Amino acid sequence: MTEFLPPALILLLGALLIGPARGAWRSAIVLVTPLLTLVAIWQVPDGVVTTVSFLGYPIEPVEGSPVRRLFATIFALMAFTGGLYAFRQAKWYELAAAFAYAAGAVGVSFAGDLISLFLFWELMAIFSTVVVWCGGTPEARAAGIRYAIMHLLGGVILKVGIEGVMVHTGSVEIRPMLANNFDTWMILIGILINAAAPPISAWLSDAYPRSSPTGSVFLSAFTTKTAVLALILLFPGEPVLIGIGLYMVMYGIIYALLENDVRRILAFSIVNQVGFMVCAIGIGTQMAINGAAAHAFAHIIYKALLFMSAGVVVYRTGLTKCTEVGGLFRTMPLTAICGIIGALAISGFPLTSGFTTKTMISQSAANEGLVAVYFMLAAASAGVFLHAGIKFPWFVFFQRDSGLRPKDAPWNMGAAMVLFSVLCILLGVAPELLYRFLPYPVDYVAYAPSKVIFYLQLLLFSGLAFFLLLPMMRRTNTLTLDTDWFWRVALNRSWTAFESLLARAGAGLGRLRARLSGRILTRAHFYLGGAPRGVFAQAWPIGTTAIWIAVLLTAYVTFYYIV
Amino acid sequence: MSKDTEELRQQRGPEPSPGEDDAWLARPSSIRLLWWIFSVVLALTVAAQLVIKVKGYFDVDGWFAFGAIYGFLACFAMVVFAKALGRFVKRDEDYYRVADDD
Repeated sequence: MTEFLPPALILLLGALLIGPARGAWRSAIVLVTPLLTLVAIWQVPDGVVTTVSFLGYPIEPVEGSPVRRLFATIFALMAFTGGLYAFRQAKWYELAAAFAYAAGAVGVSFAGDLISLFLFWELMAIFSTVVVWCGGTPEARAAGIRYAIMHLLGGVILKVGIEGVMVHTGSVEIRPMLANNFDTWMILIGILINAAAPPISAWLSDAYPRSSPTGSVFLSAFTTKTAVLALILLFPGEPVLIGIGLYMVMYGIIYALLENDVRRILAFSIVNQVGFMVCAIGIGTQMAINGAAAHAFAHIIYKALLFMSAGVVVYRTGLTKCTEVGGLFRTMPLTAICGIIGALAISGFPLTSGFTTKTMISQSAANEGLVAVYFMLAAASAGVFLHAGIKFPWFVFFQRDSGLRPKDAPWNMGAAMVLFSVLCILLGVAPELLYRFLPYPVDYVAYAPSKVIFYLQLLLFSGLAFFLLLPMMRRTNTLTLDTDWFWRVALNRSWTAFESLLARAGAGLGRLRARLSGRILTRAHFYLGGAPRGVFAQAWPIGTTAIWIAVLLTAYVTFYYIV
Repeated sequence: MSKDTEELRQQRGPEPSPGEDDAWLARPSSIRLLWWIFSVVLALTVAAQLVIKVKGYFDVDGWFAFGAIYGFLACFAMVVFAKALGRFVKRDEDYYRVADDD
């Protein structure tokens, strides 16, 4: 093929240059590199572009296909808008790490074989950890370490699976498979850890809200959605994903309802939204895969928008809890409006991108006759409006007057939010803009009147439920235990218990040793101790010895004669 | 990214007194108006079903006002479930800080 730079390499190069560059140059690199990457992404033709041999395996770092280009496009777009949002406020090393992280995501998108997928996967794990650490607080440091452990563990599991597939099939090609043996299960589990699937989903809500206001915008986009792409490429139609997806959908809602931290509410709703996609991949029909891809695309935009809106609030006030903020619409109208647009989009309100993509997933469930799945997804759609669609803007921008009068967003943050708000609505009113780029031909009408009425009823009445049930949802200064309790507390406690058990056993052994050695020493002393006390060490008169010898000789002679 | 409390205090306006808030959205009269509008919109979405037939995929979802009732009940159930679960899994926000110090 033609000589050209792999898109991920451009972004990685940008990440490397951000550090040494200064002033306007740095800003230019942050803003231009993602656009150059975007151009390169659209130069990638279908099929394998480059092949390198490594340890006898053909490595294909760049392979094009519609779904790969779609994901790479949104990742690059996200890097651009995130860069615009962050370039005046974030530290240079956070920007550099975020760009390297985005490069990993673009790299995964085009990875044609499992080995390059793994390499880019780990690139993401490393630099996303750095982004978490850029939160700068002791909590961010601790959460970053937990995050890194979880992702490195996930990487090891993925690697075990990849090695197994390499050894048993002799091929490292990325192709659809089912989780039907140890190797493929390991790959699936490795990917699902990054998708924040249960029971290992707590890393997401633990780490993302600890990052800086700008860092959480980047974090919201890449890790879980590359996992979605990997699932689309490797496990389309894997039935176990339907159940996992539905669990994630419900888990996200329930935990978000219990949460007080604004950005953690949004973090739980990532799990919820990724659940929709995982479920769709499990259904696995062409429409379902289209739905998963389209929803991932739309989701990155509105989720980043929500994190941007929350990020501005954190940046301006330093506060992150529902119990501390409220009534901010007075002085932050732009942030409030953009937040509301993001909230409507995530809820799948008609005329927003959420509606035109999420309903595709529901439709695919209905087409396959999956009654329970369809109704659970419908209930979840109502639940999304409840926990993110209203809860987020209500508690942050309305609720009560907290007395806070912070300034609205800085111009660059505002511009990034407006750009993504426009995209949310554009993809809502003109979905065919996105449908053209989906992996399969789209035969779907989003705005059938009957569907619009059904969803309007569903969403608006869940809005009614929210306001009627508000007394039950009063925010408290609490946190909610999750599965990470097992490794943050239970593991710690059992280790402490084990240690004290060891200490006690040690003390017991010590006492035993002291007692035994005491006794042996006393005995030894009794027989061998120094004169005049030891039995064998006493000085005996020479006469006594002579008598004893005489006695022995007499006995011997007598005995000899008798025998 | 937390700022000085001093700076934060400067951002605070005068203590709000109920009833004479300058923001239109915060006045009780406008909140009442919004409730009215909201109720009318709710009624309209259900009434629309009289004009446009909702074709359900599974029969039951084509029933009159099914979306409205299902949405409301689903949310009700989720809130109640979350509340019940919260009894078991909610902890003070210093929980992990204390646990780490153990």
